[in-house]
Amino acid sequence: MLTIDRAGGGALGLFALWVLWECRRLPLGSWREPGPGAFPAALALVALGLGVAIVAFGGRATRLRDVDWRETKRALVIVAAGAFLTLGLEPLGYRLSVLVILLFLVGAVERRGLVTTAAFAAGMAWGSFYLFNTLLKVPLPVGPLGF
Amino acid sequence: MLETLQNLALGFSVALQPPILFYAFAGCVIGTLVGVLPGVGPLAGISLLLPATFGLDATRAIVLLAGIYYGAMYGGSTTSILMRIPGEAASVMTCIDGYAMARKGRAGAALAIAAVGSFVAGTVSVVALMLLAPPLASFALRLGPPENFALLLLGLLVLAYMSGGSMLKSLAMAALGLLLGMVGIDPMSGYFRFAYGVVELGDGIGVVPLAVGLFGLAEVLASAGQPTPPRVQKPKLRELLPSRQEWRNSMAPIGRGTVLGFLIGIVPGSAHIISSFVSYAVERRLSRHPEEFGHGAVAGVAGPESANNSATSGAFVPMLALGVPSGPIPAVMLAALMVHGVSPGPLLIQQQPALFWGFIASMYVGNVMLLMLNLPMVGLFVNVLRIPYGLLYPAIIVFCVVGVYAVNGSVVDVWIAVIMGVLGWLLRKLDFETAPIVLGAILAPLLEMSLRQSLAMSDGHYAIFVTRPIAAVLLAVGAALLLLGLRAWIVRGLDWRGRLALAEKGDAP
Repeated sequence: MLTIDRAGGGALGLFALWVLWECRRLPLGSWREPGPGAFPAALALVALGLGVAIVAFGGRATRLRDVDWRETKRALVIVAAGAFLTLGLEPLGYRLSVLVILLFLVGAVERRGLVTTAAFAAGMAWGSFYLFNTLLKVPLPVGPLGF
Repeated sequence: MLETLQNLALGFSVALQPPILFYAFAGCVIGTLVGVLPGVGPLAGISLLLPATFGLDATRAIVLLAGIYYGAMYGGSTTSILMRIPGEAASVMTCIDGYAMARKGRAGAALAIAAVGSFVAGTVSVVALMLLAPPLASFALRLGPPENFALLLLGLLVLAYMSGGSMLKSLAMAALGLLLGMVGIDPMSGYFRFAYGVVELGDGIGVVPLAVGLFGLAEVLASAGQPTPPRVQKPKLRELLPSRQEWRNSMAPIGRGTVLGFLIGIVPGSAHIISSFVSYAVERRLSRHPEEFGHGAVAGVAGPESANNSATSGAFVPMLALGVPSGPIPAVMLAALMVHGVSPGPLLIQQQPALFWGFIASMYVGNVMLLMLNLPMVGLFVNVLRIPYGLLYPAIIVFCVVGVYAVNGSVVDVWIAVIMGVLGWLLRKLDFETAPIVLGAILAPLLEMSLRQSLAMSDGHYAIFVTRPIAAVLLAVGAALLLLGLRAWIVRGLDWRGRLALAEKGDAP
């Protein structure tokens, strides 16, 4: 039976195996003088052991299919918006990328009115730029269009 | 004692300067707002505001960030009492009796008791911090790499033990954090580890993208699609005075909560959260009328609220005196100090007395400010909850991105935050705690360095960890905790951590 503990423990075990595989590129050193690969490899072994133990003892946990995944669709849209913002931050500039992303989230996802969306998106994009970049001297990227 | 008073006078000469007062006030206001808003906990709040402190000197930066931390503890109680919404996790227990008091028309009294309890606890615990940190720092100067290794390992084990729920799962998350902390250049050999040609990963995975992703963005993803905001009650100013009986019933719980909270705060773990749960359980156990708990018992508000504020100061003891963060929030504050070229640890008090004592004094001032701020302006703060979540979360995303980008001006950090946000959301779904990941990632390089230094000292003999008495004792305590944690499996019963996990989910047995 696939439970939340077994899913989490299994994922951790796989991640630990991958780290162990990647450690082959690093010198392990000796038992007395560990090299740069020794500590990560030891940690990966510990993580693997913990992952296996969680899988072994995780049979009583909640079933994975009983987990409430209702917000997943919206969460994925938010992640996609976050990814776009990250990609656009330097090529488009902070203000333009924030403006686009807020127009999308507030207007298309949250379905607010046109005026509310435009005012909120523009206010946040320019207001936060003024607050952080101008007042607090935190350098934020400006794109080729000057935004 | 005279020396302490002289140092405190130095601290007040720093803390009462108008700019420092301003930053303490700003921290308290922002912290209260952070505490009021569900989903923006003190960790996310501090991480987001971190870049705003880059232009400040170290004293102003730490005063601002500490103000946010203890301000959030105050603010969290407001929504718990008025709306049964815990602004942050430490206020969960206040919801039970605080909201029950509000339903009986005693919202004002509950708010006043929470505020006064927080003030008393905050002030008394700062006295304890002031008295305990300097001798602890002097002692820590005698610790070498083997003791540091044992101390850091113990810190992780205590965190795993103190976390609610399964110790195995908490340890697994700490191991994941330690693995993430391995990314970057190995300081002893210069090897790039797990960087895959990404130059920005040379310095490792930063605390801020990790914390903002796991706590800020993950919360936004988990709360996606939240319905319309709840109705807001506003208590009138004249309703704020508790009755004589309510004062009498709250005095002992405030005292006990203060002591308990401070002691729990020193121990690694999500101290402010655990302290409020422990305090509630203690008050119910000691009460002559335990049946009143859950139906508006004053002690159920006074104890937990005092405990979570006191734990805030307690958490600063190991951070300032040893340079070892006891949880993710002190870890981010530690990182903030390091950005300003200040290394917290045993030498901080000697080398930067104005910063240390100024910080201590600012906490006294901050507590007074919070008391004055919270009661008369409670109606104003709860108005923040009128902002529709559909507008709030896009704004939080923008602040997360600004906060992360501004640390190094690196888009790679923003990617890390986004990935950690997804990871944090998935881990929540699978009921895994994320706080040990942050602490693990921070402690990993320190742990590895102290291990390798210890082996260099002993010519490769691992016996150095058991032949040095302090290291041996610390490791023995760690092993005992591990065995205690495993006991729940063998007995198959529900120990206090299991009950805590159920209570956090609102499913108290």
